[in-house]
Amino acid sequence: MLTVEGLRSRYGRIEVLHGIDLHVDSGEIVTVVGANGAGKTTLLRCLSGVQPVAGGSITFRGEALTPVPAHRRLSRGLAQSPEGRQIFTNLTVEENLRLGAFLYSDGRVEKDMEDAFGMFPVLKQKRNLAAGGLSGGQQQMLAIARALMGRPSCLLLDEPSMGLAPILVQQIFDVVKGLKALDVTVLLVEQNAFGALKIADRGYVMETGRITMEGTSEALIADPRIREAYLGI
Amino acid sequence: MPELMQFLLSGVTVGAVYALVALGFTIIYNASDVVNFAQGEFVMLGGMVTVFAHHAGLPLPLAALIAILSTAGIGVALNKLAIEPARGAPVVSLIIITIGASIFIRGVTQLVFDKQLHRFPAFSGDEPIRVLGATILPQSLWVIAGAVAVFVGLWLFFTRTLIGRAVLATSNNRLAARLVGINTGWVMTLSFALSAGIGALAGVLVTPITLVSYDVGIALALKGFAAAMLGGMGNPKGALVGGILLGLLEALTAGYVSSQYKDAAAFVVILAVLFAMPQGLFGKKSTDRV
Repeated sequence: MLTVEGLRSRYGRIEVLHGIDLHVDSGEIVTVVGANGAGKTTLLRCLSGVQPVAGGSITFRGEALTPVPAHRRLSRGLAQSPEGRQIFTNLTVEENLRLGAFLYSDGRVEKDMEDAFGMFPVLKQKRNLAAGGLSGGQQQMLAIARALMGRPSCLLLDEPSMGLAPILVQQIFDVVKGLKALDVTVLLVEQNAFGALKIADRGYVMETGRITMEGTSEALIADPRIREAYLGI
Repeated sequence: MPELMQFLLSGVTVGAVYALVALGFTIIYNASDVVNFAQGEFVMLGGMVTVFAHHAGLPLPLAALIAILSTAGIGVALNKLAIEPARGAPVVSLIIITIGASIFIRGVTQLVFDKQLHRFPAFSGDEPIRVLGATILPQSLWVIAGAVAVFVGLWLFFTRTLIGRAVLATSNNRLAARLVGINTGWVMTLSFALSAGIGALAGVLVTPITLVSYDVGIALALKGFAAAMLGGMGNPKGALVGGILLGLLEALTAGYVSSQYKDAAAFVVILAVLFAMPQGLFGKKSTDRV
């Protein structure tokens, strides 16, 4: 579904992605784990088009994605729940969700919103409140729900567990795992390697702008190098 | 008592014009954080283009429509030619660009048209209407109705339409707006067109009362900016209330003190309000949870 080959990107003159190769197949949950600063967020920003690509290719459902501007990529089926949640703080929860479906104005929008409220009941209670007043966990739920309102076939998730209490982290990961049943393919970027690998089918390990290891989640969890460097076991 | 009534009526009329200019500031500020000091030139263009189109033989409503549409086009050109190429520059640079653009527009206007004062006939005659012992021109009612209609229209646009909310979303978080599929470049274009069109409408409405020449824009931009700051920059309700308050302050000072002091008195009050409430009357500090 999504194929990345030799992807390079730089901030100014400093290259931060030195040729990334990865692929995500339809229906998979794939995770990219790595330390802070490894380039995981930059990778997702390149995929959603808000970060310029300096080389390499991105192919999504058979189409070269690099020439497609960011605001057109959702219509291709690629949604992102960005780092730091990036919700519309001045707008209400419901308006945030409605804008997630900005591309659509059919009857399904209403139904999708009910589904989102079913997934995160707390958002329904707060639907008319300004999103900026939500707790961190609730904002994360809103960011994921808003991305799903765009009817993606593939969801890019950037650090959904960041800054959340462990019980909320588990809840978020459970939701991500449940996306499989909704036919949404997931590319999950996480520092919380153990939590991410537990729900993923496959994983990539990223270090300073390069993929250094890849494999099934079981194999990565079992790998002594991973256990030492990322799992703290 | 009739005296007071007279001052209030003329204050509200002038205030409605300031409110329209302030609403124009609000739209562009919301979409881009830029304070567009060419806003006054849009008002001037609305008046000037109507004058010359009318002189060329077009009926007044058509001339006014052409003025509003062509000014909206100039607003779009300002965005495309001057603001968009400087994307990524600090907001202060963008504001200075708008000051340059306003000088440019003024210069071109005096070359294309002339330096004379102009007017065209009032829409509903010049026969004053008596209200509680004071009088008001029918054109003043047009100005006030125009400001109210634009305010209500904008309120409906921002709260009831998806595109309006897309504009608010863009101003709140540009990155997220792009990720949900909003073309933020197009939102900027729309904001400049809307803002310029509203400015031109103000010019069309007020020209029969105040006359127009190539250089009326600067003073209007300053007053409109002051009104927007008084009400709280970025808040349409603040723009409306700020504009009317500023107009009333000026009219009352001119009436009871001296017309020489009307600008000074207005600005002293604004300074006092901003000392106590730096966000303006309706402005609120945005809060972000991290």
